[in-house]
Amino acid sequence: MGGLEKKKYERGSATNYITRNKARKKLQLSLADFRRLCILKGIYPHEPKHKKKVNKGSTAARTFYLLKDIKFLLHEPIVNKFRDYKVFVRKLRKAYGKSEWSTVERLKDNKPIYKLDHIIKERYPTFIDALRDLDDALSMCFLFSTFPRTGKCHVQTIQLCRRLTVEFLNYIIASRALRKVFLSIKGIYYQAEVLGQPIVWITPYAFSHNHPTDVDYRVMATFTEFYTTLLGFVNFRLYQTLNLQYPPRLEGPNDKDQADEAYAMDSESSLEKLSALSASLARVMVPVAEEEPEIDEFPAEGETAEQEEGLRREHEALEKHKRLFEGLKFFLNREVPREALAFIIRSFGGEVSWDRSLCIGATYDEKEPSITHQIVDRPMQPTPVIGRCYVQPQWVFDSVNARLRLPVEDYFPGVLLPPHLSPFVTEKEGDYVPPEKLKLLALQRGETPGNVIESEDESEEEGEEEEEEGDGQEEEEEEEEEGSEEEDEARLKVMEEQRTQGKKPQVTMGTLDKRRQLPQEEENEAKRLAIMTMRKREKYLYDKIMFGKRRKVREANKLAQKRKAHDEAVKAERKKKKKQGAQA
Amino acid sequence: MAGARGGRRAGMGARAPAGDRAKAGKRPADQQPELQEAESSEELPLFNCPAPSQSAADSGSDPSESEESVFSGLEDSGSDSSEDDASSTEDGQPRSIPKMTQDKSQAGATLQNTKEASIQSQEPKKEDEYAEDSSDEEDIRNTVGNVPLEWYEDFPHIGYDLDGKRIYKPLRNRDELDHFLDKMDDPDYWRTVQDKMTGQDVRLTDEQVALVHRLQKGQFGDASYDPYEPAVDFFSGNMMIHPVTNRPADKRSFIPSLIEKEKVSRMVHAIKMGWIQPRRPRDLTPQYYDLWAQEDPNAILGRHKMHVPAPKLALPGHAESYNPPPEYLLSEEERLAWEQQEPGERKLNFLPQQFRCLRAVPAYSRFIHERFERCLDLYLCPRQRKMRVNVDPEDLIPKLPKPRDLQPFPTTQSLVYRGHSDLVRCLSVSPSGHWLASGSDDHSVRLWEVNTGRCLKTIPVSGVVKSIAWNPNPAICLVAVAVAESVLLLNPGLGDLSVTSSTDQLLSAFSPPEEPPGQPVEWQEAAAEEQEHGLRLRIHHKKPVKQVAWHGRGDYLASVVAAAEHTQVLMHQRSLRLYHLLRQELTKKLMPNCKWVSSLAVHPQGDNVICGSYDSKLIWFDLDLSTKPYKVLRHHKKALRAVAFHPRYPLFASGSDDGSVIVCHGMVYNDLLQNPLLVPVKVLKGHTMHRDLGVLDVSFHPTQPWLFSSGADGTLRLFT
Repeated sequence: MGGLEKKKYERGSATNYITRNKARKKLQLSLADFRRLCILKGIYPHEPKHKKKVNKGSTAARTFYLLKDIKFLLHEPIVNKFRDYKVFVRKLRKAYGKSEWSTVERLKDNKPIYKLDHIIKERYPTFIDALRDLDDALSMCFLFSTFPRTGKCHVQTIQLCRRLTVEFLNYIIASRALRKVFLSIKGIYYQAEVLGQPIVWITPYAFSHNHPTDVDYRVMATFTEFYTTLLGFVNFRLYQTLNLQYPPRLEGPNDKDQADEAYAMDSESSLEKLSALSASLARVMVPVAEEEPEIDEFPAEGETAEQEEGLRREHEALEKHKRLFEGLKFFLNREVPREALAFIIRSFGGEVSWDRSLCIGATYDEKEPSITHQIVDRPMQPTPVIGRCYVQPQWVFDSVNARLRLPVEDYFPGVLLPPHLSPFVTEKEGDYVPPEKLKLLALQRGETPGNVIESEDESEEEGEEEEEEGDGQEEEEEEEEEGSEEEDEARLKVMEEQRTQGKKPQVTMGTLDKRRQLPQEEENEAKRLAIMTMRKREKYLYDKIMFGKRRKVREANKLAQKRKAHDEAVKAERKKKKKQGAQA
Repeated sequence: MAGARGGRRAGMGARAPAGDRAKAGKRPADQQPELQEAESSEELPLFNCPAPSQSAADSGSDPSESEESVFSGLEDSGSDSSEDDASSTEDGQPRSIPKMTQDKSQAGATLQNTKEASIQSQEPKKEDEYAEDSSDEEDIRNTVGNVPLEWYEDFPHIGYDLDGKRIYKPLRNRDELDHFLDKMDDPDYWRTVQDKMTGQDVRLTDEQVALVHRLQKGQFGDASYDPYEPAVDFFSGNMMIHPVTNRPADKRSFIPSLIEKEKVSRMVHAIKMGWIQPRRPRDLTPQYYDLWAQEDPNAILGRHKMHVPAPKLALPGHAESYNPPPEYLLSEEERLAWEQQEPGERKLNFLPQQFRCLRAVPAYSRFIHERFERCLDLYLCPRQRKMRVNVDPEDLIPKLPKPRDLQPFPTTQSLVYRGHSDLVRCLSVSPSGHWLASGSDDHSVRLWEVNTGRCLKTIPVSGVVKSIAWNPNPAICLVAVAVAESVLLLNPGLGDLSVTSSTDQLLSAFSPPEEPPGQPVEWQEAAAEEQEHGLRLRIHHKKPVKQVAWHGRGDYLASVVAAAEHTQVLMHQRSLRLYHLLRQELTKKLMPNCKWVSSLAVHPQGDNVICGSYDSKLIWFDLDLSTKPYKVLRHHKKALRAVAFHPRYPLFASGSDDGSVIVCHGMVYNDLLQNPLLVPVKVLKGHTMHRDLGVLDVSFHPTQPWLFSSGADGTLRLFT
């Protein structure tokens, strides 16, 4: 043997982690300051692999930080600023207590402030890193920009958030980076693609907030402090990439006027004009022509050629998508969400205006004859103007998601709208696909929508009998669900395929020959036998995966059944109405 | 406190008249210096006097009248201060004076002292002491001074008077009775106190009693003192025309300060030079610049190796739409279930809703909450990198040779042998493969023709058939049956007549041996009617027999007797033991790693053993490899009852309580380097479950790839 006895917990993972309280003591900070520091520096607790080892044998619930992280915090200049701030607060309180108002003034003037620039650079060494982490920043800033200017947080923060978000929206418009939009019950989701990075953010609907009491606004304010700094730098950089002036200015008729105006104009109204999103921004250097870099053609063979072809097609589709609303003139009624729609329409190349009394920045009047679409969210339009389409706002959103201008008939005011689908869902094989999505896919493939609908109607009527048969089959299947999984799955897969391809193959299912089924069955049996020989661990894993798959299939089936029941109910209603109509 | 102060003041106020009185009383003292009595009588008015004089000065009313009114019920009417004085002088008792009022008599007393000192120059020291000592303020009728009186306790006297004569204590200590009598007789008893200095009783005057009463009530000692008289402001708030002091103002208050001038000029200079800047509000709007001008992707800090980026929020699905497809809306019961779930358990953290138009969509009430929760997740939630298994489940399934390539093996059920009325425990196939013998719980042994499924013979036996075995020698037609405590040898009389007759001849040669008693078994010949059924011999054991087996050539018969205490137990629960029969010794002990071994089969080549166990495992031993299992197959879901090897084909089968028989391909290679290949090829189902039992025995056909199985449902089945 020989040698010193090895002591426990003096090496290995126990020395790599540190509990929160110890970290706090090491940094000599109060808990609130420690949390603030963690938020700003992006330090988060780690879950050790062997918690008991790290916890020195105890199983008490503790949060662990990486010791390296905490050591890294030790040299942070902001920690000193925190301490200065504490001293400042103490002095200020004393001065207040003594009613030394001049001291209070002086102290307030010399309030210690800190900058987060270096932290941004440190946390996001490259610009792409920053873009990747922009989702939360944007959502938070959009939320804060809608807060009332009183109460919950500093007015400057709210104003800054508003300014930064407006700048970002203007950038998206200028770069035509918007890709998807979604009207959810929580708010409006947007997805933009900036420098190849998808950025998703959510904005609340424009209502006043019912401020909850169980939310710590200080935490949110600290996050916002960091996010505003991040967003500011990102905006600067983004504007630079497009050759736009950074504190953004609107493109004016002549620059001199602009300058004079800028002198007299206070910043608030310029921000308002900017936030109207109706005018384009001034550029540092006016580009000679809209030259899009084209993909050079390389001689390629075989697969690479195909790939390139696919890429080119995709690129073309993207270009088309970017110019979706080009040449269209929109007019927004006052009841529709102006900012969201203006943002979307402008970022797809459309022109937009609204009532002059609604908001600053209206460019043309409602009577303008060249208006092509008027967006209305009311059941009745008193005097429709001939030559323009009146559509509900969902048309804009659905068109953007479908990457084509959808037929406007479904979106007329007062009409029962088709369901609004999430553009963020990409159905994999075996997932439930709502029929509207299928229709949309068909439209995108270039099939004429009218035919599809008609054929569907026909097939519906034809398919009724088949459906009944199909019902019987389904029931059988459900009974057999306890039986062998594979067969079940195979059948379900077949079902899915049927669903995806319409309703015709149900017949073939019934006529399956026994002789043809035999090899299939044999194969299944072989598989079952092979599963029998699996080792315990693998079997467990396999069972788990298969359980998940089956659950998925079950859920998809449930949705499909619900839809079917709903459709049948609707059809029955329609028939009844028809009959009543005929009788009348 | 207030009372004490008041008393003092009153005393001060009364000083002047008392002084007068002292002067007045001086003359009689001069006249009669020795007479102590007279002096004391003079003193009394000394301290009694001030009150009337004061009252006369203050209000002019007689205090004695008021006192009378107070104490009228307690003392005799008409008692007057002058009378009291007179009576006290009559008593001739010196009075003790309360300390409060002593200073009144101070002046007089000092005068007396000086006078006495001049007369009696014996104690000059004492006089000096009196001059400074505070004790001079006290009563000096007793001249012992300021000493504890208990020092005199043992003496008859209590001190000395001014003349140095002893002052004697009263002759007799007054006892309780005296006190009582005094109390009864003396109307002034209540106002009589004992003076400790002189040991005399003192009767308090009315004034003194009144003073005591006032002090007891916490009032001022001096009745005439008014604590609430109107205050007179010395410093009034009014501006007076005259200054408080008469001092003229300094010159420096008229000329500018030089120091200040210097200070100001210095500041002016600093402002001129631009050293002092006017304070301007700091611009708090953040300045942005190109932070990533010099991007350095390699400047990633060390900690970033452990960095776990926060996962992004999940993107919304169709259900979150303001106008979702109808199938995503929750039905009534789903909604109720959603509401009853814990918020953390819910699959969706919102209720899907449908709105007909965009303007009807309300604000989402939990928007701020959700952002806040995201914030909390970002900075409070411990992160860990978790490897997600991303495998195709198909890849997990081991690649086995296809069963089709491993044919022949039994695939379908082709015959069912019905006849037994209870579970069929055991079966055995004749070496030729034409006949099948089965033993059942219905106390019968049946013999079947394999090809047709006909029952040829039914042999009733005396008990449950535990085991049955056909003699493997094709020249002999003999079946061994284990029933209760005996093994029966049957000649079924099937097949070739010559064979059966030769068997009979062989058995008829048997004659009961003259064995010594104490042999474990006893051979008996069957009775005549049993002979008709085919029964030939009966080997009687002392214990129940569980299993019988023939040697490979059919010469020897082995039987297993299952009773724990028996000396010949051959089967063990936990392990398998391999015996070398010729040498009669244990050669190997196999550890099957299972609890209850139920059945066992040996590979025809002899190097491999399979055993089935009640914990639903089939264990394959390769004797060349080790005593540990080569492979454990958990194919069955319930306990295994029987296992069997095929004598020709590389097949083995296992029957289990779950009613299935699994046929496996078990290829054993001659090459020692190649391990046996075990592949399950077929699951044969057919037997129905009966009393939780399924298949009880399995056996292969000796030449064909056929499988027989017997089940708890009373049938035998043939799979081909």
